[in-house]
Amino acid sequence: MAKPMEQIKWQELEVGAIAVEVGNAREYETGTWRSERPVVNKDQCIKCGVCWIFCPDACIIQAAQGHFEADLTYCKGCGICARECPVGCISMVSEEEG
Amino acid sequence: MEKARKGIEVSIALAEAAAQADVDVVAAYPITPQTHIVEHLAELVAEGELDAEFVPVDSEHSAMSVCCGSAAVGARTFTSTSSQGLALMSEIFFIAAAMRLPMVMALANRSLSSPLSIWNDHTDTMMVRDAGWIHVFVENGQESYDHTLWAFRVAEDPQVMLPVAVNLDGFILTHMIEPIEYVDNQTVKNFLPEFKMKNALHPDNPVSMGCFGMPEIYTETQMAREEGIKNAYPTILKAWEEWGSLTGRYYHPIETYKTEDADYCIVTMGSYGETAMEVVDALRDEGEKVGVVRIRLWRPFPFDDFRKAVLGKQALIVLDRAISFGGPGGPVASELRSALYGMEGAPSIVNYVAGLAGRDVARDDFRKIILEGKNKAYAHDTDGFTLYGLRG
Amino acid sequence: MDRFSVFSSRLVEKAEYFTSGHRACQGCAEALAVRLVMKALGRDTIVAMATGCMEIISSPLPTTAWKVPWIHVAFENSSAVVSGCEAGMKAMMRKGKLNQKKINFVAMGGDGSTADIGMGPLSGALERGHDMLYVCYDNEAYMNTGIQRSSATPFGASTTTSPAGKKSIGQQTQKKNLPQIAVAHDIPYVATACSSFPFDLMQKVKKASAISGPAYIHILSVCPTGWRIQPHDAIRYGRLAVDANVFPLYEVENGEYRLTYTPYKVLPVREYLKGQGRFRHLTDKEIELIQKNVENDYAKLLKKCGGQG
Repeated sequence: MAKPMEQIKWQELEVGAIAVEVGNAREYETGTWRSERPVVNKDQCIKCGVCWIFCPDACIIQAAQGHFEADLTYCKGCGICARECPVGCISMVSEEEG
Repeated sequence: MEKARKGIEVSIALAEAAAQADVDVVAAYPITPQTHIVEHLAELVAEGELDAEFVPVDSEHSAMSVCCGSAAVGARTFTSTSSQGLALMSEIFFIAAAMRLPMVMALANRSLSSPLSIWNDHTDTMMVRDAGWIHVFVENGQESYDHTLWAFRVAEDPQVMLPVAVNLDGFILTHMIEPIEYVDNQTVKNFLPEFKMKNALHPDNPVSMGCFGMPEIYTETQMAREEGIKNAYPTILKAWEEWGSLTGRYYHPIETYKTEDADYCIVTMGSYGETAMEVVDALRDEGEKVGVVRIRLWRPFPFDDFRKAVLGKQALIVLDRAISFGGPGGPVASELRSALYGMEGAPSIVNYVAGLAGRDVARDDFRKIILEGKNKAYAHDTDGFTLYGLRG
Repeated sequence: MDRFSVFSSRLVEKAEYFTSGHRACQGCAEALAVRLVMKALGRDTIVAMATGCMEIISSPLPTTAWKVPWIHVAFENSSAVVSGCEAGMKAMMRKGKLNQKKINFVAMGGDGSTADIGMGPLSGALERGHDMLYVCYDNEAYMNTGIQRSSATPFGASTTTSPAGKKSIGQQTQKKNLPQIAVAHDIPYVATACSSFPFDLMQKVKKASAISGPAYIHILSVCPTGWRIQPHDAIRYGRLAVDANVFPLYEVENGEYRLTYTPYKVLPVREYLKGQGRFRHLTDKEIELIQKNVENDYAKLLKKCGGQG
């Protein structure tokens, strides 16, 4: 777990200020940006993975039952998955409306 | 390349030192007066005498960029440039130090345009004074050869991890034929261990280099740099000591000549030191109590060594080879003044700027500078600087 | 997803080398392009990246979205940096200082970095013949600094430094043809791609990385922020650009041109321009002019492809 940048002392930096915990951007939860979230109709989902391949945030995961859904920790709510789903089984729902 | 002392052009000897260091990558772009250095390295590669990648880049900017990439994968990296070339690559020159990428540059010092000039002074190197590189100045061919090997040793030391610039005066040194003593390859091997970079770019140990810094963390990265270059100092001394024990040639951050009993000293950096010593010898015969202080290590600046050498003297005549326009005069004098400010026993400082763009500063000129400078100091005429030899 | 075999998504590499948590805008098709390129390249890859959106959104210290070795030095020099990495490793492997291993050396930059400030270093790296791939993510302006025009901004687009006004159509010059400049270096592989066509894109990246010598891939990367479209339309607009022949997908292997995709039905350019804020000001007459230019360019490309189409 990387320390938040505002807590790091200069002595704690790696030589050359390199980042050594690769992929630790995952500690930053971009899901907080979202105003709408994708909701998948599991019965309609044909499990094709189109939403998965088009997600700029690599936040679509395959559930145990085989259908795909968004990992809301990272989903920014762009709506690409809903727009691209070939069977239209994803709808965007406002976060405020719950 | 295992030869004893021989007459050879300094650029060639310097290139052969880099070859003896078994460099992996040389990236350079043609610019006078450094060209002979990289031409010779290209030749050694072409003849199969050096197993390295010679990357003939499209500009100095790319030369420094290739060197950054090469150092980042842990390859031993060498480049050389001068003047406008340094100016063009300066953006990346700063970044190389900030990213702590070890490499060695032979910086054949030359004036900056305009007017265009190919000849020697120190305006190019002063431009990158604050870049965070280790800077050493050499006086002759032997020192150029020695310091090229020394520079790899210092740069790649895990305690240092910084690029090193070996500053040598363009033409005055680069194109001179001098007797130079080589060390054998085994000695080089003993002195210079293989470069093992802890976090070199490699798929087996992925890291991210050159990240983006928010205001919350930028300050800390700069302090780490400041401490990093200061902490290089003991390694620098140790490398010189070991080199001395192997070759009998000992070097120091500040070198003095006839200063013990001197009332006043001339301070030089680079190849002018030799002429200064000759002139001081002559003046001593005439009864002048004068000595020479030569600055070898420019960054990290050896404050303690310098103060130890000059505190208690009455005056320093500082010879600069560049002007900080609209500023305090020569950059060296300006720094020495601040190094001594408020200290007990601090000598007064008279600043001369001389030898711009290769204008000859002969023994007579040194003599005039020293004696006139002494009089100025004793008359408390120490403001600003004097552009020596100026007409009009 | 009109004409894809929709199930092939599931055959694609699952591992992510460009992870979630990066700070790209919503619907950033450039981030998607990076993700797809990295899937195609795999772990044994060293990336040198130019300053730009993808660099700052992926690497705010002490975090990084990269799972492969990654280096950023400056704006204009990713091609030179990666050629240094390649030269260094080549020398060390040859000399036995490093174990032999096939590594993909990849430089990445945006259109400003590639077409403008980094043109010299890119040309140098391609000419020197390093075993490397250069990927240009073309979102058609300097988006990182706030949508300024680059030489890859298309004719008629309004940006903050080529604003449309009473006396200006916006960008007054034609888009610089970077793939053709790369082709002129006689390198083994050049291709265009778009993240709206992920399989075509990944196949080209795989091909480029397998070839020894320099390769260049130019990826149209839709930028909802800069193009002033809805984030959810990012993929759709990439598809429209390709289907209107504004951005044809092709590859040039050892000088041989080949279209890798032919629109089932070529759409009018108007369909592509419509709805993009950056083209909102265009008149019918101006759109006609753009349509003609697109047709001419496409005809020239077809000719190079030996009339295939």
